Amino acid sequence: MSVSFVPSAQELARFAPEMALALGATLVMLGEALWKSGSRSKLAALAFLTLLAAAALAVFAAGDPGPAFSNLLAVDGFSTFFRVLVCAAGMLVVLISTNYLRQEGHDSGEYYALILFSVAGQCLMAASNELIMLFIGLECSSIASYVLAGYLRDDKRNNEAALKYFLLGSFASAFFLYGVAWLWGASGTTNLSELRRLLLDPSSGVSVTVTAAAAALLLVGLAFKVSAAPFQMWAPDVYQGAPAPVAAFLSVGPKAAAFAMFLRILMTTFVPLRGRWEPVLWAVALATMVIGNFAALHQTNVKRLLAYSSIAHAGYILVALTAMSDTGAAAAMFYLAAYTFMNIGAFAVVTYVAGRGEKHVELMDLAGLSRRSPVMAAVLSIFLLSLTGVPLTAGFFGKFYIFKAALDADLVWLAVLGLLNSAVAAYYYLRIIVMMYMQEPSAGAGPLPAPGAGMRWALAASVAGTFVLGVAPSLVLDYATASAPLLR
Amino acid sequence: MNLLDILLLIPAAGALIALVLPSDNPGLLRKFTLFVSLIAFLLSLALIGPVNAAPGRYAIETDTVWIEYPAIRYHVGVDGLSLWLIILSAFLTPICVLVSWKHIDDRVKEFHVFLLFLLFGVIGVFAALDLFLFFVFWEVSLVPMYFLIGIWGHDRRIYAAVKFFLYTMAGSAMMLAAMIWIYNRAGTFDLPLLLDMLQTRQLVFSAQEGFWLFLAFFIAFAIKVPLFPLHTWLPDAHGEAPTAGSVMLASVLLKLGTYGLVRISLALFPAAARANAPWIIALAIAGIIYGALVAMVQPNMKRLVAYSSVSHLGFVVLGIFTFTQVGLDGAVYQMLNHGISTGALFILVGLLYERRHSLEIADYGGVGLAAPWLSTAFVITSLASIGLPLLNNFVGEFLVLQGAAQAKLLYAVLAGTGVILSAVYMLWLVQRAFYGAAPDAVKRRITDMNGREWALVLPLLVMMVWMGVGPQTFLPSISAPNRQVLELVSGKPQIEKSAQEVAHVR
Repeated sequence: MSVSFVPSAQELARFAPEMALALGATLVMLGEALWKSGSRSKLAALAFLTLLAAAALAVFAAGDPGPAFSNLLAVDGFSTFFRVLVCAAGMLVVLISTNYLRQEGHDSGEYYALILFSVAGQCLMAASNELIMLFIGLECSSIASYVLAGYLRDDKRNNEAALKYFLLGSFASAFFLYGVAWLWGASGTTNLSELRRLLLDPSSGVSVTVTAAAAALLLVGLAFKVSAAPFQMWAPDVYQGAPAPVAAFLSVGPKAAAFAMFLRILMTTFVPLRGRWEPVLWAVALATMVIGNFAALHQTNVKRLLAYSSIAHAGYILVALTAMSDTGAAAAMFYLAAYTFMNIGAFAVVTYVAGRGEKHVELMDLAGLSRRSPVMAAVLSIFLLSLTGVPLTAGFFGKFYIFKAALDADLVWLAVLGLLNSAVAAYYYLRIIVMMYMQEPSAGAGPLPAPGAGMRWALAASVAGTFVLGVAPSLVLDYATASAPLLR
Repeated sequence: MNLLDILLLIPAAGALIALVLPSDNPGLLRKFTLFVSLIAFLLSLALIGPVNAAPGRYAIETDTVWIEYPAIRYHVGVDGLSLWLIILSAFLTPICVLVSWKHIDDRVKEFHVFLLFLLFGVIGVFAALDLFLFFVFWEVSLVPMYFLIGIWGHDRRIYAAVKFFLYTMAGSAMMLAAMIWIYNRAGTFDLPLLLDMLQTRQLVFSAQEGFWLFLAFFIAFAIKVPLFPLHTWLPDAHGEAPTAGSVMLASVLLKLGTYGLVRISLALFPAAARANAPWIIALAIAGIIYGALVAMVQPNMKRLVAYSSVSHLGFVVLGIFTFTQVGLDGAVYQMLNHGISTGALFILVGLLYERRHSLEIADYGGVGLAAPWLSTAFVITSLASIGLPLLNNFVGEFLVLQGAAQAKLLYAVLAGTGVILSAVYMLWLVQRAFYGAAPDAVKRRITDMNGREWALVLPLLVMMVWMGVGPQTFLPSISAPNRQVLELVSGKPQIEKSAQEVAHVR
């Protein structure tokens, strides 16, 4: 079989989003060096446009779906969904970052370049059909994120967060790679479709035991990346320590991409091992929800609280994965879209309230926010109600689809326990609303300054997304439902 | 777009418009909200004609797709069961605006937005004929009430608001699980369609399945009612809410639970409802007696009225689970009665609070001397609440007790003690607060009702008398859907006398 090593135009088109992002990131770094320091906002605009272009190219590439580079990449509805999603998350984060960086005195192109590289890695994770490519995407995304977590390098909290994230993240990547090595040893291939074929074929002679052990190693790596129990410990420390907009980014972009990987590996390759995965996932999903929700109950730092809440949300998504069905995959995709809007939105308001040097990130600092900035309080309430899962917001349909998928798959207890968990979660989200609306501002806390343009746009987009998905969920769900079966 | 859709649209649109009105002009906001809620009330009255013309059917119905998959429909309709509850909600909202006219002077805009949004939510619950839509409105009505209690309530408002929210949330989690289960079995959330499928046995719930589904819905509704022993959120929520919040909570939100029992629990799971009726009736009777006994020893007026609600709602649940036509008619009628008389009690207590700034009974005494008209209104309302003949509660309690006696005489005997106890706690309250010598603080501060206060109390007094002497205005339309529910429960056409006929005899 002759393989051409010169990529065809078709293949290049399928790889265009990642190329655009890498090119954009390079341009941002060049711009940093060449442009005068007064034109910082141009760099943010360039990054934003790059992300927009990448999303557009991803949509364009979906017009002609198929594999690329000897089946290393697979451009299908599923990968397009996640490529667009992580680009959208990146855009929102760029919008909420500009003011923050200026205020912290670290407004440089490097930040945007790192975001772009990280998003490029995430796009690759979404589109890879091969374990080594997945690993490359994962590392590309992770390494940029490690740096972002410690971006304000004079800040102790940032340094601690970055170091923790880096050390634990590297361990997790190593586990993942080790799993890949085992798989390759057992089967002689790292291609997901090929692996699936071998596992389904009893005459292939691939040892089930070795494959299952390898799958367990992959699971460790993936569980870390999505902050699932028992590998969730890093998330609260990192989200609390990292700059607030970076925490927003980490809680959404890398997580969504990791879930894309998780889904692809689970739903294609390891379907034959379903019986072995299911009990493990069941327990992991439940533990993640319980740990996230119950640990969040007593947090006093808002960033840490949101970190635990995002662990709990990973738990809900894992419930959808446990269902191991098309509806489950579609529910997870929908949830991630909903989660992107509401979680970035919540972090955006936290970023805004935190102020210079992030001095105001305690729950107490939100006291009386409804008097200090009524619009911000209302907006944060919307995101929190959505995270709680109140109808007419995106979060409600997210939960509904997930628990519906779980009941479809006869996971009655998991669904019931998950729903009860979401009632527990209401408590800590309400605590924030109580602070904002039912407590008076502390003495000396005057009205807050008006938010910058980027922040306003990001919040407007997030609120719109939260409501649109809450009233007309079909817009996204239909697409997710149509593209989920492609995984098989 | 029919009358019902417009009725749903008006408070929602009103809330959105109020949101953009200037917040530094509270007078405009109050007038605007009053106007919107009065329009909603007048429109709701226009539902009566069509419903009475079509007994036993959904008089006004809209059924369109909301979400293609999973099949969720915007299916709303009104029949005799929901008609009066919708009117009650729309009737009380302008009264709530009026009662808050002076009392609420902080964040006036938010208050009225939440009030209108609440009206939207409760009308939605009563009108929804799609289980999913029902759930959506159910939750939507929760949020504004949470804010009403938490922002404008008394000292322990935050505790009360959070407790209220979490109790309801926990209940609705179960309900959502049950709804999804039903959808997975039947492929639809549409209530009339589900009933059809059950009748034609296209859809059959096994005994065990039926039990768990019934239980999931029942817990959600029982929390909302609230049925003893799930009532513990209620005294806190009522006691701490501002007057308008207490009124809407007692008069309308509690009815969501009892309405759900009739509309969904009885209709969808008749077998499970029959099988579980004994212990539910036991809890209802326990609630009647327990609520009354605890009300008796309350030093705080609002908490006293709150516990009396536990007792009164026990009657409603008892009536529902007797599975007799009179019992069920009485239960539905009692929902309306309780809405009027307990709403009025909360309003009058609120008026006292505005004057004396205390809810402790011990701080009052001799109010009758200081404010004779206010006292008169209070005494009439108390007598209505006790169940004096010619006033509204008498009719409802009578029918419920008659139904209970038909089911088992012991039920009626035990529940009857609740009527006696209600006389004890209400009259004792009247005696301590309104008679005797007036302390200085009462003499100085308590003035009689002004024009605005008359305007909000008088309609309630009129309704108490009307519903007491002319129940035929209401009962025929209530009986028709109840008869259908009972046919589902018993599996055979009802031959017993309906409440309407009994009322004639009486």
